[in-house]
Amino acid sequence: MTQQGVRWTADQVLALAPDAASRKAGSKLGAAGPWSEAGSSDEGTVWGLCRGSGSKPYQTVIDIADSTGPAYKCSCPSRKFPCKHALGLLLLWAGEDGTVPRGQAPDWAEQWMEGRRRRAEEKRTTSGASGASTGDPEAARRRAERRAERITAGAAELEQRLTDLLRGGLAAAEQAGYGLWEETAARMVDAQAPGLAARVRELGAIPSSGPGWPVRLLEECALLHLLDQGWLRRERLPEGLGATVRSRIGLSGSADGPPVRDRWLVLAQYDTGDSRLTTRRIWLYGAESGRSVLLLSYGAAGRAPELALPVGLVLDAEVSAYPGEGQLRAALGEQFAPPAPVVLRPPGVSVARATALYGEALRHDPWLDAHPVTLGRVIPTPDGESWQLADADGDSALPLTTAASSRSGLWRLVSLSGGAPVTVFGECGHRGFTPLAAWPEGPGEAVTLC
Amino acid sequence: MNRLLTPTDAPTGSSWEELVTVALLGTERRTPPGVAPGREAPGALLDAAAVQTVRRRAGLRPGRAATRLAPAVEDPRPALPPAAARRLSMLLADRPGAGSGGRRGATPDLMELLPQWLTMANRRGFAAPPEALPALLDAARGRTDLRPAALAFAGPRALWLARLNPDWRFALRSTPGGGAALPGAGERERIERLWQEGLFAERVALLAAIRARDAAAARELLATTWATERAEDRLMFLDSLRTGLCAADEPFLEQALADRSRNVRATAAELLSALPGSALAGRMAERAGSCVAVDHTSGTPTIAVEAPPECDAGMERDGVVAKAPAGRGERSWWLGQLVEAAPLGTWSRRFGGRTPEEIVALPVADDWQGELHAAWCRAAVRQRDPSWSRALLGAPTAPEAGGPGAVSLAERAKLLGTLGGEERAEWVAGFIAVHGLSEAFQLLGVCAVPWAPPLGRAVVDALNIARDAGSYPWSFSGVMGLAERCLDPSEAVRLEALTAVPDEPENASPGAGGYWAESFQRLVSTLRLRAAMRSELS
Repeated sequence: MTQQGVRWTADQVLALAPDAASRKAGSKLGAAGPWSEAGSSDEGTVWGLCRGSGSKPYQTVIDIADSTGPAYKCSCPSRKFPCKHALGLLLLWAGEDGTVPRGQAPDWAEQWMEGRRRRAEEKRTTSGASGASTGDPEAARRRAERRAERITAGAAELEQRLTDLLRGGLAAAEQAGYGLWEETAARMVDAQAPGLAARVRELGAIPSSGPGWPVRLLEECALLHLLDQGWLRRERLPEGLGATVRSRIGLSGSADGPPVRDRWLVLAQYDTGDSRLTTRRIWLYGAESGRSVLLLSYGAAGRAPELALPVGLVLDAEVSAYPGEGQLRAALGEQFAPPAPVVLRPPGVSVARATALYGEALRHDPWLDAHPVTLGRVIPTPDGESWQLADADGDSALPLTTAASSRSGLWRLVSLSGGAPVTVFGECGHRGFTPLAAWPEGPGEAVTLC
Repeated sequence: MNRLLTPTDAPTGSSWEELVTVALLGTERRTPPGVAPGREAPGALLDAAAVQTVRRRAGLRPGRAATRLAPAVEDPRPALPPAAARRLSMLLADRPGAGSGGRRGATPDLMELLPQWLTMANRRGFAAPPEALPALLDAARGRTDLRPAALAFAGPRALWLARLNPDWRFALRSTPGGGAALPGAGERERIERLWQEGLFAERVALLAAIRARDAAAARELLATTWATERAEDRLMFLDSLRTGLCAADEPFLEQALADRSRNVRATAAELLSALPGSALAGRMAERAGSCVAVDHTSGTPTIAVEAPPECDAGMERDGVVAKAPAGRGERSWWLGQLVEAAPLGTWSRRFGGRTPEEIVALPVADDWQGELHAAWCRAAVRQRDPSWSRALLGAPTAPEAGGPGAVSLAERAKLLGTLGGEERAEWVAGFIAVHGLSEAFQLLGVCAVPWAPPLGRAVVDALNIARDAGSYPWSFSGVMGLAERCLDPSEAVRLEALTAVPDEPENASPGAGGYWAESFQRLVSTLRLRAAMRSELS
């Protein structure tokens, strides 16, 4: 299929940038000046030569039709991914000044594409046989058993710590400080339960998180206790809930749900990170299935995760869910066409329905902090120091989370609305609502807010 | 607080508040309701808290809506074409400090193109895309020079936003009335009320707006409250009479010469001296004329200067500042002010009908030439007199034009400002052709954008010569930056040949050729970008 008519917007291209510096450098290269012999093919390949400071121009080629999001190759020495040349070339291609005509790929670009096709082919043929190559199933079973024993020991130890904490009182824990929790978190890492470790680490920050901390600390301790107990009694849990407990503990499992092909609208992509890890969250909405799924991708601290999808475009692709009842996390499978623009919005619900949906989602996963929803006809409204999304046709409202009230995306949302109703996609949870994308009431593209 | 509402506690079992209290104190001191004290108590507390936590979360209900905002005023302008909207988001994404500084490389400075983009968008009357407003306001916050164009483009919704975000308060200050339209010509009552009750910035804007469409009405409005205004305000209001200054303003200005504030008096005097027919101008002409005369006693006619011996009360009343700045003789200081304020037309009459060129060419006795010519320059600028400006500028090709002659570069730039655009460009082109680029920066700054073809050619040729001379391009970075913003985009074709790395001549600075190629690449790509910007907005 031809992609010549459907180009991305600059925002969609820039959303692929790994960091702010790359955005800036890439947008500077989005002009014809340094480029020569640029072109694109019907199969979704874009290429060009970019003159840099050296004598030899860099060869940049991008495969926007790849099944796992755009793939890039550039002869520059940058370790950013995509590099500024790839971003610049995509911007140039996204522009409408005819500087990236349709044509025949040069040899160097063709070679790379050929290599990719070959590897994809090899992967496809070997994946069927991959079960055998993972080795001895008996050994794997023993490994899993040993890990489960370690986690059980870790969960028991954690239960003991929680019991001690509540015997002495949370007020005493305020003085104990961060160190206690850091040490406990390290013990959970040793126990190979990363999910427990992360939750424990978050406990440490609560006593210094401002008024109302005892309530939050008790809530989180109780949920941690619930998770421990869930693990210790996992044999007695229904299958779906058991899978949720395993994934919350940190045994992620694999995305072995049946592949669902749909036209997946990329609603939002954003990164969160701590000193160890950058986590990228991408929300997709299925046009036919009406399902929301979450793609997670990780990178080392300070480096962008590899998977990057252009917000506002639609992918004709398959996704497979991870195990667990009501599990939203999925993995992106085969992609059948390059991402394309689309006039499609998820249908909006009222704010009352949004909180109800979160409540229903807690049935499958009581540890869930927030649930994806699209609110229809809401008006961003200031409420003291914070903001809320108020139903245009009623008198109820969802408060924004404290973090969302202080982000720059808030102002894009407020400006888009101008006091009029908008459609807003975001995460709705017990802390409030986090807006991630919005649409004006009339026609218009999605505005990304994260 | 209008946070999410949690459901009321269940009728049976322990309440959440009780659980929190017990948890804070510890089960050693307090026992959870319905649990026996002892080893099992903490676990029982956690069990109950887990049930309550999930229950509370699952039962969350929306809070009450706060008072709605009044919606922003509709922007009636047509939406930007999609390509132009994309371009805007790219220009705004290129914020200073977002990347590494240092060498500029071969790619355009997008932020520098934002002013042009805004001017073009405003000329075509497009509305700003709402989602771009926060970035636009942030950019305007950091750069005062961007504000007028940015706010004009941003439109009513930006002012609506600025009322919600203290970071953008500047937008309200810069736009009087908080975006409410100024009263029209027919709305006498609204004008009166705003003038009587408005904030200072609103009143300045009102006066300026009225002055622009009806000079007399503005003056009359100002006169109604003149006596009761504060000195600083009087100064600002008086300054707005600069627009549309005419002979009818004289009585008002003449009266302001007796103002209590020295600054107000000086401004009134300056305005009066720009009216060649005013009584003040006549008085100044007389004073200056008594100091400067043509001496025919020697063979060639020569200008003789006799500086005023004192600064009397009349001179002071007419705005002459008596006290000279440190390091200047007071008599020459007074002379300079007299000549500056005297109408230039008087000199032709006094000097036997000589033209400005002939007068400027006359020799001046006793080293007074510098002082006298400098004062004439100021007079030519103040009175916006092109024939005197032309005479004082001289031929651009004259050897002294390039050196530190009687007329400084800054003064020449001001003199050029009184000439028409085409003449200005031609003069500067002639100057560059002879003297090169090293002194041209200030002069180029007063030329109309895009540069007229002869000027553009002169700049490109001079850059080419500078490159062949083997120096580094950063000696010319100021001019290069101007060229990127001001050259006509159609020059890009001619520049293409210069973007290649040349063979290095023997006497060249090492590597200079490569840097020049890079600079020209940036120039060409910036010009291309500007051409694209222009076509996207048409």
